[in-house]
Parts: sequence; C-alpha cells; structure tokens
Amino acid sequence: MPELTANLRSNVSLARRAWGIRRKALQMGEVQGQGYVGQALGVADVLATSYFHALNLRADDPEWEGRDRFLLSIGHYAIALYAALIEAGILPEDEIGTYGMDDSRMPMSGMASYTPGMEITGGSLGHGLGIAVGMALGLKAKGGDQFVYNLMSDGELGEGSTWEAVMSATQHRLSNLICIVDFNNQQADGPTRDALAVGAEAPKWEAFGWHAQEVDGNDLDALVAAFDAARTCPEQKPRVIICNTKMCKGVPFLEEREITHFVRVEPDEWTRALDILDAEVPA
Amino acid sequence: MTAAARARKYEPRRVPETKVATSAMIASLAAEGYDTVAAPFGHALVEAAKDDPRIVGLTADLAKYTDLHVFAQAYPDRFYQMGMAEQLLMSAAAGMAHEGFIPFATTYSVFASRRAYDFICMAIAEENLPVKIVCGLPGLTTGYGPSHQATEDLAIFRGLPNLTILDPCDATDVAQMVPAMIAHDGPVYARLLRGKVPSVITRYRPDYQFELGRAQMIREGRDVLVVSSGIMTMRALDAAELLAKDGIDVAVLHCPTIKPLDTETIVAEAGKGRLLVTAENHSEVGGLGEAVARSLLRAGVTPSFRQIALPDEFLEAGALPTLHDLYGLSTAKVAQQIRGWL
Repeated sequence: MPELTANLRSNVSLARRAWGIRRKALQMGEVQGQGYVGQALGVADVLATSYFHALNLRADDPEWEGRDRFLLSIGHYAIALYAALIEAGILPEDEIGTYGMDDSRMPMSGMASYTPGMEITGGSLGHGLGIAVGMALGLKAKGGDQFVYNLMSDGELGEGSTWEAVMSATQHRLSNLICIVDFNNQQADGPTRDALAVGAEAPKWEAFGWHAQEVDGNDLDALVAAFDAARTCPEQKPRVIICNTKMCKGVPFLEEREITHFVRVEPDEWTRALDILDAEVPA
Repeated sequence: MTAAARARKYEPRRVPETKVATSAMIASLAAEGYDTVAAPFGHALVEAAKDDPRIVGLTADLAKYTDLHVFAQAYPDRFYQMGMAEQLLMSAAAGMAHEGFIPFATTYSVFASRRAYDFICMAIAEENLPVKIVCGLPGLTTGYGPSHQATEDLAIFRGLPNLTILDPCDATDVAQMVPAMIAHDGPVYARLLRGKVPSVITRYRPDYQFELGRAQMIREGRDVLVVSSGIMTMRALDAAELLAKDGIDVAVLHCPTIKPLDTETIVAEAGKGRLLVTAENHSEVGGLGEAVARSLLRAGVTPSFRQIALPDEFLEAGALPTLHDLYGLSTAKVAQQIRGWL
C-alpha cells in the first residue's frame, strides 16, 4: 500500500473530519442562502475517507507531482469539495465567506482555473471518468505509482461517455484508477432509478471488467475497508466503489424533508442545522 | 425530406455509359497535376516526436485514415488506440495533457465537431490544454454524404475560445503545421489532408514556410484578390492560371490559420481596390468568408465582396469531382464564377 503523507495523517478521527466537512458546507450554503448542501452532507463521509485516509497529497503543495489525483466530475458538488479542501488545509478557512461571490476562488461549480486542489473543470456531466482514463494512462507512461480518483454521481451513469471510459479503463488495465460513485438516487427531475435502468450496479461494473464494491457511503468503517481494498487489489484492473449515500445525512430535519436535487433550506434553518451539528461533535 | 427528394428516391436509375467511381473515404486529393508527398502528417509527427517525449498519439479507430499509423509504427508505446469512442478520445487526451503530454488526437472532422464538441469545449479548450486535434475528411472531401462531410466544422469551432483553427492547403502546410502546433501552448484543431497529398504552394513560392497565425500572398494579381484556405487555395491558384489566359490577373492570399485570423494582412490587401473573393471548402455559414467579411466591416474597408463556399445544405453523395463541380469548388467552376463577377 502506498504510504500516506504525514501531514494529513493525524489523531483527528475521520468522523471528526466528516463533521468538519458538513459544517463548512453548511457555512458556505448560509453565505449564499443556497447550494448543493444535500449532496455535500451526503458525500461528506466519502470525502473524509478520501482526503484523510486514502489520498496521498501535500496540503502546502496542491500540484505536487507525487500526489494522488482527485477529480470532481460533478462540478455542482464543489461546495462539498471546497469544504474538504478547507478541512485539509489546502484552502484557507477564512475564505468560506467568499463562497459563490464575485472574485471568489470558490465558484458555485468547480473549475480548475479558480481553485487550488481542483484538478479539472467539472460540471458538464460524464467528463470526469474519461479525463481520469487519460491521467491514469499518463501516469503509467511516466512510471508513477499515483492513483487517479474520479468522484462521479449516479446521474452520470446515464451519460454514454461514462461507459466509453469504463471500457477503455479495462482495455488499458488501469489498476491506478479508482472511480467513486456517489449513489444518492437523486438527479434533477427525480430518482435516478426512475430515469434510466441503471440496474444492479456492482455486477454491471464487474461485467465490464472492473473490481467493483458497493458500500454504505455513510459508514466510515465500511468506506475505509473499501478504499483499502480498492488500493491494494493485486489485479490489473480498474476499481470502482459504489457508495450508497443519504442526501442531507447528519441533519435529521433536512433528511426528513422531501428530498430533491436542490434541497430547500429556509434562511433561519442554516443556524438550526449548524446547531444540530455543534451539539454532537465527534471525538 | 422534401417532396422533390421523396419523388427522386423512387425514381429508377440506369447504369451510366461513362463510369465515374465514387471516391472512397481513404481517397486523397492526388492527381491534380502536382507532385505528391505520402502521409506528410504522420511523417512530420514522427520527426517531431524524436526529440520530444511529450508527444503521444491517440485515435478513435481511425489511425490508418488519419496517417497516424505512421506514428503508431514508429512509437508503439506512445500510441493509444481509444476505440470507436470520440468523447473518450477527447477526454483522455485532456487527461494526458494534464499529465504533461502533448497529445495528438485524430478522428474525422464530423465526429470531432459534432459528436465530441462538449468534450473539446470543456475538457480541453476551457482549460487551454495543449491537445492537438487533427481530423480527416474536412469540408467536402468525400462522396459519402453528410455523415462524413464536415461542411460546418469551422462554423462549430470558430465560436470556441482558446482554440486555434488550421486549414492547410497542401503537403508543405501539413508537414510544417506539426511543429508549429507543438510550439503553440494551447489547443489546436487542424483539418487534415492525408494519403498522397499534393505539393502546391512551393511551385509558386519556393521559399514558402507555414507560419501559424499568418496569411501569405502566394500569387500577386491586379484585378482580383482571392482570400482562401485549405484545398481552395490550390483551386484558386489553378483558376488564376486559367484566368490569366483571359488577361484576368488574380492574386491569391492563403489563410491557413482560420483562427486567429490574420486580419491585418487581409485588411491591408483588401484595401487595394480589387474584387475580393473568399474561397473555402466549407459551408457559406460561419467559415472563412464570414470571418473575412467581419474583419473588413470592423476595419471600415468594403471592397466588392463575393464568396465561394458550399451552400447551406446537406450535400449529395456521389463522385467527388462531380460534387466539387456541382457545388462550385472545382477549378473550372472557381474560374467561371470569378469571370462572371467581373
């Protein structure tokens, strides 16, 4: 298993990191009075595991050649990734108040040219995995042992380009590619499973030649085990972790709300949500 | 389908007395009375790659038909077959560029411009990555019909910020644009001439060197100024020879870089009182002609202006020489149109 960099390994628990990501995402949502906080709360555990367990990176040098690449294909999840990047010390915490503002380094959709640590410009869905294939090919050609992680959504499983990349990764035996699917079963017009027949996910990826795992994406122990298995799998094949997550996870009154792609949060509810998080700070 | 097209569909045909073969997709534009060079793109890329390990080649199942097979044979470890997946081709090329490579991605112009546009736009151009997109069958260079005739590729790509667009005329342009594309730190879309490619421009200008971003006068003339790109520079030069016999003196300004357009040279030449004719292997909408017209209007220079271009239609299938004649791109038709405008 590749060594993790020391500066992100600490005694801070992953639960505390996930809590920090949720809190920062809510703070950013409050700045704009909106944002994809439902997705951010749902994917916080996946990001905590990625940034504070799996990824090899240097907070003070986001473009360090030896880093593992982490691609945010789902540009609208930027609010969640900014929270993780702040938690990791790659972005300064005092810029939270600039979220989505003019001249901010944290625009509403993630773009490579704006933000340290944002590897690609995402947002047009179905792009990340193909770019990840090219990066993984490039790293192999250079003889590097870095991993390329691509975080995508279940909605992107509907994009044909995703499946072009899936086949190519198998063809080129890209064992340095780890795809993470945030499966919250929610896309713009409703449940993902009501839009296209996505079917049984893990068997489908396996049939395409991938090492596939399906886990509870809000269970940190399960995530750690899955990421470890993905990184240490000896087979020369790409790896996918399908993470079943719950939108708005961690803020019960939002979890119980009718879940939509863009979760409605009233002006007075941001403080209420933050208070709920603050009432139970993980060790 | 129009009523006329439907009626024609059900009209029986007879075998013609003179056989005219349909140009295959692999056909090149040889046999125009010029010497030819085999696969100038592939050989130039091999040469450039000798001392530059950043160069890699990717294709979507069209290495043979874009002359990238020459590179693949020379550098099998630096060649990536991406399969029949153009969206992936562009995304993966972007990914390799992120890792410090200079990827040459090849397919046909129709597939790059129509199918893979979003990926070229967002994965490549928005990040200004040095991916070089080199595409066969630009404009009307096949008789296969609209599925393979990229008659609007320039119109599609001209609106894309950061993207440099090239439309080479001949073997010299194709070979020399390769190092120029590598030297340019950003994305490029180049229309490709493949197979046996004629050497045209050096017959008129032995000292000619392709320069990115520069239009160059290939033939001087007092009566008409043709501003052309791609194979239409060859047609304009040939037409100029025909017209010279009638005492019509035609200048040919070759613009192999469509974007950024060499506005300064074009405006300077357009202000000399000659009839100005643009000639392009592309739809009359959104290509060189409109780009030139815009430059002239903005500069306040308004010569008599005519456009030789393909009509705003889906074109017919058939033999390429017939089609070039039908749509006004053949040498004879270029000469005839210019004569009619004087």
